[in-house]
Amino acid sequence: MTVTPARAAGAVLLALIALAPLVPMAGMKQYVLHVVIQIFVWSFIGQAWSLMGRFGLVSLGHGAFLGVGAYAVVLLWNFYGLTPWVGGAAAIALSVVVALVVAYPCSRFGIIGHYFALVTLAVGEVVRLLIIAERDWTGGSLGVTLKAASDASLVAMQYADKRVWYYAGLGLWLFGLWVWARLDRSMARAAMEAIGEDETAAACVGVRVTRFKLRITVLSAALTALGGIAYAQYITYVNPETLAGIGVSLRIVFAVVLGGMYSLLGPTVGTALTIALSEWLRIVFGVKFIGMAETIYGLLLVIFIIFLPAGIYGSLAALVRRRRPAPVPATA
Amino acid sequence: MLTVSRLTKRFGGFTALSDVTFDVKEGEILGLIGPNGSGKTTCFNCVSGVLPPTAGSIRFRGEDLVGLTPDKVVHRGLARTFQIPRPFKKLSITENVAVAAHYGSAEHMSDAEARARAREILTLVGLAADPAALPALLGAGGLKKLELARALATGPKLLLADESLGGLDPTEMASAVDTLRRVRGELGITIVWVEHIMATLMRVVDRVVVLDHGEKIAEGRPLEVAEDPKVVEAYLGEKIVLE
Repeated sequence: MTVTPARAAGAVLLALIALAPLVPMAGMKQYVLHVVIQIFVWSFIGQAWSLMGRFGLVSLGHGAFLGVGAYAVVLLWNFYGLTPWVGGAAAIALSVVVALVVAYPCSRFGIIGHYFALVTLAVGEVVRLLIIAERDWTGGSLGVTLKAASDASLVAMQYADKRVWYYAGLGLWLFGLWVWARLDRSMARAAMEAIGEDETAAACVGVRVTRFKLRITVLSAALTALGGIAYAQYITYVNPETLAGIGVSLRIVFAVVLGGMYSLLGPTVGTALTIALSEWLRIVFGVKFIGMAETIYGLLLVIFIIFLPAGIYGSLAALVRRRRPAPVPATA
Repeated sequence: MLTVSRLTKRFGGFTALSDVTFDVKEGEILGLIGPNGSGKTTCFNCVSGVLPPTAGSIRFRGEDLVGLTPDKVVHRGLARTFQIPRPFKKLSITENVAVAAHYGSAEHMSDAEARARAREILTLVGLAADPAALPALLGAGGLKKLELARALATGPKLLLADESLGGLDPTEMASAVDTLRRVRGELGITIVWVEHIMATLMRVVDRVVVLDHGEKIAEGRPLEVAEDPKVVEAYLGEKIVLE
């Protein structure tokens, strides 16, 4: 591998991120680590969402997979004492089943574009309402707390030390980037891009449209559920409002669109900005203006879709590329 | 090779194709002609699996194609082009063809092999271009070539070429005709060619099938068909001049 300025910068940045927990930050350390862990986990979820979103499969209901993943792992632990390593696998399998139940009919009957978005929006809400309705074991709208293990333990996947979660989150985030980059370089990306543009033409060159759409949906759902599991294990408390339904589903979409869904680091940049913004607004307004953060990035979203459809990071990356020599035009 | 029998397609009360029967022999170039709205494209859509026929059968190399999705039809060795080119605009020209080579051909090939195949085919159709160039850079002629290259990349035994020459200038047209001849001659691909520009088509094809209002009105060698009174009438008296 040749060393380019971009790669060198990436390596330095990664080293800084890896060393951050060792830097003394006085009393601020726990808070800073907490915010960065959140950024890692939600960026990972944003990356999972963008695997579908970038190909025109806009889901407004990814909260469904998040909720199924998080609740399944928590409830399996609370009621049956099942380790999250096994419970997590079950939770991911369950979210894959949900994904297939939604995606197969949609793909088979040609529900695409806005209609697909509406279907997924409903699915997210259904999962939230189910969680609230089944309050005997889900705790309803009050949520449910993960039963504490006696001690920090790998089996229970519970650690009070934020540094453990910091590195776990970092690993998760890098895993998400790896999946994204791998897909981006594969021929499957071209096939998905073709399907997103023109399903009939894609089928006519031999692309198995339904199979591809199901695969990418399953991948996206499984990774989203994994993000939900990580979030639940870290926070040790799950709640239908933060992990299912329209609210969280749209927050994922906001963050990704803000950063840019067509670029590797777009979801991360968008997530970091939205989390930083909501933290800042929370500190500035306290509890006086609940919903202010949502209002502000709702506005930002509209502005971005109109003026910077490739997102902040995507547009900057394109700008840098344009300053290099342009490719030679094709001769027809 | 391909046998279409009693093919019928209705859209609500409108009959686009009624009882059309014809066959395609291995190695020939068959012209499918007819005035606007005579059912040529509908016929292609039914054969390629894009539209389900209302009635009739389509057999290709001994296999029934009715009910198959377009990708399955392609995998059996039957590819098509579209009348109005439908390039994948976000993919580069090479990727447009490579994706067809990778997913459309019966043999399994790696990403690198698919790209190499794509470059070969782009050269064959005369569209050797910068690998990263987007289809937006192409004119009408280039887009038609890309459409053809994409269909060829799937490694078909039979090619359904839909109005390949509409909107081309005479030079482009001559080179496109030459390409189709080479597709048959060098690659050994049988061709069904739908074309508006009759004089050009008649000089290239071995046989012609003429459709009018969804029905087959004539079939035969170009010279015989051009003299057929029914064909002359269908084209509003416009006599087809063969040089």
